[in-house]
This record gives sequence, C-alpha cells and structure tokens, in this order.
Amino acid sequence: MNVLAELLYLVASVLFIMGLKMLSSPKTARKGNGIAAIGMLLAIVVTLTDQKIIDFSFVLIGLIIGSGIGLYLAVRVQMTAMPQMVGVLNGFGGGASALVAFAEYLRLSGDPSLGVWKGGDVSLDVLITIVLSLLIGTVTIIGSGVASAKLQGIIRGAPILYPMQKQMNGAMLLAVLVLGVFFVLDPSRWYLLIIITGLSVVLGVTSVIPIGGADMPVVISLMNSYSGLAGAMTGFVISNDVLIISGTLVGTSGLILTNIMTKAMNRSLANVLFAGVGADYDPTVQATEQRTVIRYTPEDASTIIDGAQSVIIVPGYGLAVAQAQHVLQELVNIMTARGMQVRYAIHPVAGRMPGHMNVLLAEANAPYDILMEMEQINDDFQNTDVALVIGANDVVNPAARTKKSSPLYGMPILNVDHARTIMVCKRSLNPGFAGEDNELFYDQKTMMIFGDAKETVTKLVHLMKA
Amino acid sequence: MTETLMVSIYVFVLAAFVGVEVISKVPPLLHTPLMSGSNAISGITLVGSLIAAGEGHAGLGVILGTIAVVFATINVVGGFLVTDRMLKMFKKEPARKTSRS
Repeated sequence: MNVLAELLYLVASVLFIMGLKMLSSPKTARKGNGIAAIGMLLAIVVTLTDQKIIDFSFVLIGLIIGSGIGLYLAVRVQMTAMPQMVGVLNGFGGGASALVAFAEYLRLSGDPSLGVWKGGDVSLDVLITIVLSLLIGTVTIIGSGVASAKLQGIIRGAPILYPMQKQMNGAMLLAVLVLGVFFVLDPSRWYLLIIITGLSVVLGVTSVIPIGGADMPVVISLMNSYSGLAGAMTGFVISNDVLIISGTLVGTSGLILTNIMTKAMNRSLANVLFAGVGADYDPTVQATEQRTVIRYTPEDASTIIDGAQSVIIVPGYGLAVAQAQHVLQELVNIMTARGMQVRYAIHPVAGRMPGHMNVLLAEANAPYDILMEMEQINDDFQNTDVALVIGANDVVNPAARTKKSSPLYGMPILNVDHARTIMVCKRSLNPGFAGEDNELFYDQKTMMIFGDAKETVTKLVHLMKA
Repeated sequence: MTETLMVSIYVFVLAAFVGVEVISKVPPLLHTPLMSGSNAISGITLVGSLIAAGEGHAGLGVILGTIAVVFATINVVGGFLVTDRMLKMFKKEPARKTSRS
C-alpha cells in the first residue's frame, strides 16, 4: 500500500465532506462545490501517478472524450431541463461502477478473455460486491435513462402498468440474488454475471415505468442514492476507501432526499414505487365534471393586483413547461417596486425534482430570501390579499385535506384557499397528475385565468406597467 | 473475515452517519444543487475506472475500463460544472436595480 497515496485519498474524502457541508448555505454553496471538485481532481491525480496505471493511452482517450461530453452537456442544458440532466448524470455514474466491477472480475480471473478462470482464491466479499455493483450500477444507468426519457417526453410520462408487475420485479430481483450466490460459490461461471447484468437491465426498465411524471422527484433522488451506493460497492470490490466514503455520502444524501420527498407527499416509498398513481392521467382528456367556473381575463386580474398589499405566488411544473420564470420575476419586480409584499411559496414536491422551482427562480434572478418553504409561509396565506397559482395543481388541492378516497389525501398542501383572492393561471380545467378534480377552481374567491402561463404573465406585466 | 474488509465496513458505516449529519442540514432551496453536486462526487468511481483502463493487458477489461472512464468523467465534469452554473444564480438581491420603496 502506498502510504502517501492513501493519505491523499483521505484528504480528498475530507474535501468532499467539507464541500457537502458548505452546500447547506447559499452563501457558501458555490465555494463548497469548488472544494469538492478540487477533492475530485486530487483523487484523479493521485490515481494517475500511483503507478498502478501502466498504459496511459486508453486512460487519456477516455478522459478527453468524457470531459468533452460533460462540458458540452453542462454548458448547453437549459435550467428547465435540469431534472433530465441530473438523471442522465446519475446514470453515467452508476454505469461506470457496473463496468468497473466487471473489469475487475476479468482482472481477477487472471486471463483477459472471458471464460477462462486462472484466478486463485478470491475473497468472498470481493465476489459479493462485484454482484452488487453490477446489479445496482446497471439498474441505475437504465432506470435513470428511462426516467430522463419520461421527463424529456421521449416516452409517455404516465405510469405504464401491466398485470403481475410487482411480482415479476420481485422474482427478477430474487433470481439475481440466487444467481449471485451461485456465482460467488464458483467464480469461474462468468455467464452468470452476464445473466445478472441482463436481468438488471430489465429491472431498471420495469422498476421505473410504473412511476408517473409527478412522482419523478422521488425516482431522481432514489437513483441519486443508487449511483452513490454502486460507487461504494465498487469501493469494496477494489478495496479503495475513498470510493467507499464518497459513495456512501452520496448514497445517504439521496436517501435523505427520497425520504423528504415521500414525506412531503405523505406517501410511503413503496406506494410511490409500486402504486402507479396517475395511471389514468391523460393531459388531453377534458375534465369530466360539467361544472362551471367563471373565466377571468388578465385585465380583471391586474385590477385586483393593483389594489393588493400582499401577494404570494405558488409556482408549479407548469411554470417550467411554459418557461415563464423570467417574465414572472419581472412581474414580481414591478409589484415590489410598488411597495407590495411579494413572496413565492414553494411546495417540496413542486416540479420534477427536489428544489426544481428554486433553481428556475434563481435563474430568473429571484432573490432567494423571498423563496419560502411551505412551513414558513403556510400560516401567512390567511393574511394575504392575492395568492397567484401558476402551473401548480395537486399541491394546492384541498381534497388532500378532506377527501379520504383521494390519492392525494393526507399530503400537506399550501393553504392557498385561505387567501382573500385566489388567481389560478392554468391551461385548462384538467385535473392534475393525481387525477383529482380540484375544488379550489370552483371556489367563489377563485379567479380562473385560462391560457399559457407565459402569455398570461406577460400580459399582466404590460398591464401593470401601464 | 479479513482485516481490510473489517476496516472497510467501519468506513462504510461511519461515512453513512457523516452523510446523514452533513446532508440533513441542507435547506430545500439548495436541494437540486445538492443532488447534482453529490452526484458529481459519486463520479469518484472514476478512480476505479482509471485503474481498469490502464492496467496494460489489452483485452475486454481495458475496453470496459475505458468506457467506464468516459462515463465517470461525464459524471464528474458535467456534474461539477452544472452545479456551479446553478449556484452562480443564487443571489440575495436581484441583479437589476429595482427601486424598492
């Protein structure tokens, strides 16, 4: 063991922990990210100079291609596409872990071609973690790919359900574990690893397709956790502690986020993963109930806002879809300039990933001290003149409080209905993702303004300027 | 059970506790950068990829290792850069000067 290299790996691990710690405040977060990046650079340099690498040609080719693609993605991606981006990056990390596990198996086999086992005794833990790395890593890359394709709209976002789905997934997972045991007993059976990888690919697809669009924050967090766990398992495979430490940090981070997301929906992880909520959701179908709402125009809305002292804005996924964040912040600037108190109320699961709305609004230059969490602002709605809901639905649906049969029941919601006037800017009366008709829209205090969020808010901006 | 494995398990468990301590304090405001930043850190598997790609025997192992290097580098470079891009935007005051009353 090279003592200096090990110590430098330890320094890298400490830098990761410090970096993550600094991410807990917006003032230090950017520096924290930089510190973590320095830790990564250190770990890479140590690895490259540790004499374990004999041939640099492939290493350099890989580094150059990877950096190029990474740079291109990071520079080009739009803020509204951030959930897909994070999903794709998670996937690449998991995929790399799976590949390393397989490559390490080939190295241990003592022969570069598959099917020959010249390796002597390989310790049990290495073989076990090879199987786990392959399983978790493959599920991560495929599952993240499917989730990103759903978010990008390449495949339908609604849950895809078929009979015996849970049982079949369970059976496949069991098969992977049984085959894993057979492999560990006799590591020369390389074909078992191929079957395990194949089953993991199928599992990656079948475990994500039953999960619908609005539940994506949970999936993305879970995949984030998996990508870390896969790295930690790879750390066991090649006995490298820096992999174990960083992989575990990321694994716990993803799990904590997953937990926050499921709590914010008052659902269990199992319910999110298997219940197929939103299966009936079809954005093209009109609301079935023949109830009337009064349509208001942006002109009506601006008259009310003109006389308001306090406004709370509730953004949702529709804001991201319409790319209306910049013009919305322009409206906020006009209102603040007139002396109104304007704040944003952000539900933990608004959007398609944890913190989605915060990133969008930060892009639009919204100062972060007016971005309020649900607990901070929920009691203020009753003293607020106007609650302006833009592209949000389920997170403001009062059915979550009252209707026991609803899939939303028990989810903490924003108390938008307590405000003096409610304005809902929405394309149509269609129910939200959970398929639950929204009572709020029929409330007497509610002004429905139909249309594209960006167009409506742009009109409001012009009217308010005049 | 070997001693190295025992130490590794210690490291694993202790790291999990450090993770919980450090990350529970991150506010929802920063959840997306937390995710993409921690995601970039999980690209640490690049260390294993580099060793696999550079071990010198031509063969399947090196090919897989090289693909792993590409994947992990995308993860690392893309992750840190996109996180930086996001964090750059979080400001306390709006950039444009608005006449506040």
